[in-house]
Amino acid sequence: MEEIYAKFVSQKISKTRWRPVPSGSLQPAETFATGSWDNEENRVLLWSTGDLGNLDSDGGFEGDHQLLCGIRHHGDVMDLQFFDQERIVAASSTGCVTVFLHHPNNQTLSVSQQWTTAHFHTGPGSPSCSTAPCTGVVCNSPEIVTVGEDGRINLFRVDHKEAVRTIDNADSSTLHAVTFLRTPEILTVNSIGQLKIWDFRQQGNEPSQILSLTGDRVPLHCVDRHPNQQHVVATGGQDGMLSIWDVRQGTMPVSLLKAHEAEMWEVHFHPSNPDHLFTCSEDGSLWHWDASTDVPEKSSLFHQGGRNSTFLSHSISNQANVHQSLISSWLSTDPGRDRIEITSLLPNRTLSVNSLDVLGPCLVCGTDSEAIYVTRQLFS
Amino acid sequence: MEELDGEPIVTLIPGVDSKKQMCFDWGPGELLVCETSFHKKGKSETVPGCPFIYIVRKDVDVYSHILRKLFNESHGIFVGLQRIEELTGKSRKAQLVRVSKNYRSVIRACMEEMHQAAIAAKDSTSSRQFSSQVSILSAMELIWNLCEILFIEVAPAGPLLLLLLDWVRLHVCEVDSILADVLGSENPSKHESFWDSPGNTQTLTELELKWQHWHEECERHLQDGTFVSSPHLESLCKIMLGDEAALLEQKNLLSNWYHFLVTRLLYSHPTVKPIDLHFYAQSSLDLFLGAKSRPEPLDNILMAAFEFDIHQVIKECSIAFSNWWFVAHLTDLLDHCKLLQSHNLYFGSNMREFLLLEYASGLFSHHSLWQLGVDYFDYCPELGRVSLELHIERIPLSTEQKALKVLRICEQRQMTEQVRSICKILAMKAVRNNRLGSALSWSIRAKDAAFATLVSDRFLMDYCERGCFSDLDLIDNLGPAMMLSDRLTFLGKYREFHRLYGDKRFVDAASLLLSLMTSQIAPRSFWMTLLTDALPLLEQKQVIFSAEQTYELLRCLEDLTSGRPEQGEPDQQLQDDDIEATKVEMLRLSLARNLARAIIKEGSLEGS
Repeated sequence: MEEIYAKFVSQKISKTRWRPVPSGSLQPAETFATGSWDNEENRVLLWSTGDLGNLDSDGGFEGDHQLLCGIRHHGDVMDLQFFDQERIVAASSTGCVTVFLHHPNNQTLSVSQQWTTAHFHTGPGSPSCSTAPCTGVVCNSPEIVTVGEDGRINLFRVDHKEAVRTIDNADSSTLHAVTFLRTPEILTVNSIGQLKIWDFRQQGNEPSQILSLTGDRVPLHCVDRHPNQQHVVATGGQDGMLSIWDVRQGTMPVSLLKAHEAEMWEVHFHPSNPDHLFTCSEDGSLWHWDASTDVPEKSSLFHQGGRNSTFLSHSISNQANVHQSLISSWLSTDPGRDRIEITSLLPNRTLSVNSLDVLGPCLVCGTDSEAIYVTRQLFS
Repeated sequence: MEELDGEPIVTLIPGVDSKKQMCFDWGPGELLVCETSFHKKGKSETVPGCPFIYIVRKDVDVYSHILRKLFNESHGIFVGLQRIEELTGKSRKAQLVRVSKNYRSVIRACMEEMHQAAIAAKDSTSSRQFSSQVSILSAMELIWNLCEILFIEVAPAGPLLLLLLDWVRLHVCEVDSILADVLGSENPSKHESFWDSPGNTQTLTELELKWQHWHEECERHLQDGTFVSSPHLESLCKIMLGDEAALLEQKNLLSNWYHFLVTRLLYSHPTVKPIDLHFYAQSSLDLFLGAKSRPEPLDNILMAAFEFDIHQVIKECSIAFSNWWFVAHLTDLLDHCKLLQSHNLYFGSNMREFLLLEYASGLFSHHSLWQLGVDYFDYCPELGRVSLELHIERIPLSTEQKALKVLRICEQRQMTEQVRSICKILAMKAVRNNRLGSALSWSIRAKDAAFATLVSDRFLMDYCERGCFSDLDLIDNLGPAMMLSDRLTFLGKYREFHRLYGDKRFVDAASLLLSLMTSQIAPRSFWMTLLTDALPLLEQKQVIFSAEQTYELLRCLEDLTSGRPEQGEPDQQLQDDDIEATKVEMLRLSLARNLARAIIKEGSLEGS
């Protein structure tokens, strides 16, 4: 496998995100942002892995990532997204949503805009200024959508002081994550195992569609949309289960794959190679799911591992019940979907891997062991 | 009580009036202190005093930015060590030596970074702080390295000196270059030929013979006066013979007594056996320090190591270092080498476990490093689980995500009590914030039927007040969770009744309604509401309730009205009674009419 570099950074990392590369650029991603949590003073930091003029003897790049700049953040960083090349949006456990601006000339970060009461509780028993953590944020310039533990959905527009649209009590439980489907539509997942689709063109406060798992209502923690097929969505749940959904058809998932042993915190389709999916979990592992069809010899539906199977079995040898079962509510029309090769990317077991991001050949992830792992040769 | 190992340190609290008394309370790793209004002499004053509460911590290392890396990396090594398969013999030893080297490289990396920070520091106080940290880490590495050579590698005579040479060179490297110049010129080759390869192919006796031969040759040269012309060369020769006086003359080149010791051994007893080390160590210490200076704590620790007194080493290190990190990890490693007998401390557990518990408790008092502490408790067989149970309940839970992590830790260890109590706290908070879906989700996780009942009651109360259900998305989609509590099942089924009614499936709705009452899952307080819900069904043009069902309804009504106790305020009661009485009458009328129609319908031919 590829080289993966680890660096201990003295803070537990809750989110890592690559800065988007300018369209048309051939360079791989170089800069990423991280958010920390559970510190008395949390920070949003910008790092660079680019060529800093250090080439080792083989002519390869020095793997170490360097800190560019950082800024203090009130509360845990619950979610982080790049709004564009210079701006980063951070969601806080104090219910505040902040837009940070990066100044490349003097390498500093500053607060560009802030919505301090984006999420709050109003109940008969809650004090008047009770804040609620903002759990997810997603950007689609110029709009920013946030969701929180108060079950509220906010639609902000950059440079507008107030929210453009707010759906109060959109959900009676906690909304964990949000993603855009098509531009006026968003999809949220909550802690009673439901996906809800909201259409901002409609005036009401009701979702336009609700999908849920059969069986136990396991909370869903993360969601990601297929980059090309806007109706295909992947979610990860509290029991480590990965589900693939087709929102056009029915209210149940297309496939359910038993993956991790504990909560799946993030799931990402690779943006340019959507046959590849990445998940990370509380059980300290990061998995690469490869559903591409260009591997000839596999035929079984119940397939585990592949060329890296020895590596896989070594690293998870003491996890007795890892198996892959493919439960289809209906047949998948894409035969490539049936053969999935799973690889574990981290060399040792660590504490929870909280976040990951992929862009091109680069992957970055952050853990509760206060380490950041970066690889820039994902597919070699 | 045992006598104190050292004098207690006095800490001054700034801002507190020295004439006033202070009060304090112990926390897990720190002390809360504040000023009272009582004077030492007994009078109390009303003058406002210091308004602050102080937190006094002994262990400040835990908050150091750079040392955090040490804690995290060593946690990984510790967990790896506990989990590796037990090999035997040589490979086991090699395994343990590798682990020890890992620990040391982590210390060195930390030292390096701390050193960089000291150089880059902007003011002299922080620079000094960093520098003192560097020397503490350096001392740690020195001690660990020596322990590795003596206790883990268990080097026999011969290789022992090589390792000790490396040890000294590693820590005295700046002097080494000068010394090399002084000594290296004459006969490096003669030295190296003896110390060829680490895996010495020569036996100890062969080595001894060769060395003896060379030693005699040197002596002969000295006596023959070969070097008379150059005093420099003569003293060199004396040094090579291991002459102590000559060595001491070069004291300024030898930075400390253990450097002196190893140099001396190199030239006079290169094949020294491990058990003889402490003789030479003691005499080197005495000779080097002379009569005036007293040994420092570091010297005592190293001496204890040379004497192979592991317990003394650990004890002295515990006193010398402000943090349990060093002794906890070193003791654990030595325990894996099976070097610690069950040394019974007078408070019960064995030494390794005691130190690990202390270290882990220290981690738990940190706002962020508590996650590391969990794994340390896991590997303390006697008191680890109990300690973890106590600590984990007290972690402040500011967000749901943190709560989920804590719950996962508890569930993995089957700590059901803690899971239940944490879920209850979160569910209560959710109910107060009107997040009934979250509350239900927490009670499902804890399998807490009682709380699920509470949440359902809230929903039902809301319904009674507003006449409609809130949070339909939740109630409509309960799924198997409905079975958790009877009240919840009732809620789900009641909502289903409303849905059936809305869909105009009256017959199904009617039988569902009846089953709700007869199966006893409806709370008595709700029966009136249910019966009132039956009214529109009774008044429909078509007959919905069969005769049998109507009899059942009548029976329920009788049950309800007969069992009503006469209590409460008289006025309210009268008013309530009025409304109740009217309702009951209406019901009776409807039921009677329905019964009539049903009997007629059932009695007549079908199709009419």
